[in-house]
Amino acid sequence: MHELAITQSMLDIVLEQAEKARAKKVSNINLTVGELSGFVEECVQFYFGFLAKETLAEGATLSFTSVPARARCQDCHKTFKLKEFDWTCPHCGGNNIEITAGKELFVESIEVE
Amino acid sequence: MEIKVLKNILSVNEQIAQKNRGLLDKNNIFTINIMSSPGAGKTSLILQTIKRLKDKTRIGVIEGDVSSSVDAETVGKEGVPVIQINTGGGCHLDANMVNNALSNLPLPDIDLLFIENVGNLICPASFALGDHKRVIVSSIPEGHDKPLKYPLMFHEANIVLLNKIDLLPYVAFDMKAFSQAIRNINEKLEIIPISCTTGQGIETWVSWLVAQMRKKNST
Repeated sequence: MHELAITQSMLDIVLEQAEKARAKKVSNINLTVGELSGFVEECVQFYFGFLAKETLAEGATLSFTSVPARARCQDCHKTFKLKEFDWTCPHCGGNNIEITAGKELFVESIEVE
Repeated sequence: MEIKVLKNILSVNEQIAQKNRGLLDKNNIFTINIMSSPGAGKTSLILQTIKRLKDKTRIGVIEGDVSSSVDAETVGKEGVPVIQINTGGGCHLDANMVNNALSNLPLPDIDLLFIENVGNLICPASFALGDHKRVIVSSIPEGHDKPLKYPLMFHEANIVLLNKIDLLPYVAFDMKAFSQAIRNINEKLEIIPISCTTGQGIETWVSWLVAQMRKKNST
């Protein structure tokens, strides 16, 4: 259900932009997806097929760019890539971190005809 | 032709969450978002907290569930205003559902609002509601590995209540591993062991809650 609602929000954004540009058809949608966003590509592809029917975006391809999860240590201020199970700072061993990347969920751009 | 969009798919939710926060602040309502797996004890925690605080604080509750009004009926017996949201299959509450619930609550008569999210350790972490603090209820039978499996949820929380602590002698739950896993994700996150059955730790939780409320009201 989560992906269904998100796919609908994504499609709303795409159609709004396409209509504004007076496009006849949307051919590709570029999405930026953070590792921590919980966004499952296969599900989005699946729902998109249904939701986009009889809209300008019917048949458009979806291109995903994944953003790795990164954090900044609040103690030593260095940044690092988050590992799966351990969010310890590899520089100073601290666990007081701020997530700086990985939660993204963006419509980056669309290609229209 | 390529059109740059750069639009956050969750931005509509974020905007409504900010609206909710404004409405809650205007009415001086301290709001707690309670998240956990199904069955960890969110409703029991709300009941225990109401019992201890209802003479001192005016409490309201928003109950989120996929279906049924069982929780709202249980909480309603305590004589506090309660609204049930049924997500109809949805795996989390979103800001718009909470906004609708707020318009059905007597806001001027509430000082402390509990939002019981849908039982799920994944999706609720990504959806802002407009609350002031996020509480995770973890429980002994779920096992000590939950922070390893759902790091984002634990990173976004302000406190962890480890419920059903009375079952510790009967379950292979490694307290050290649980604490370490949480420290590895968020070292500031305090863990309070509680039991909604025996009442253990509930006073400590209520003290934390009251202190947070005072802090918020003095700013």
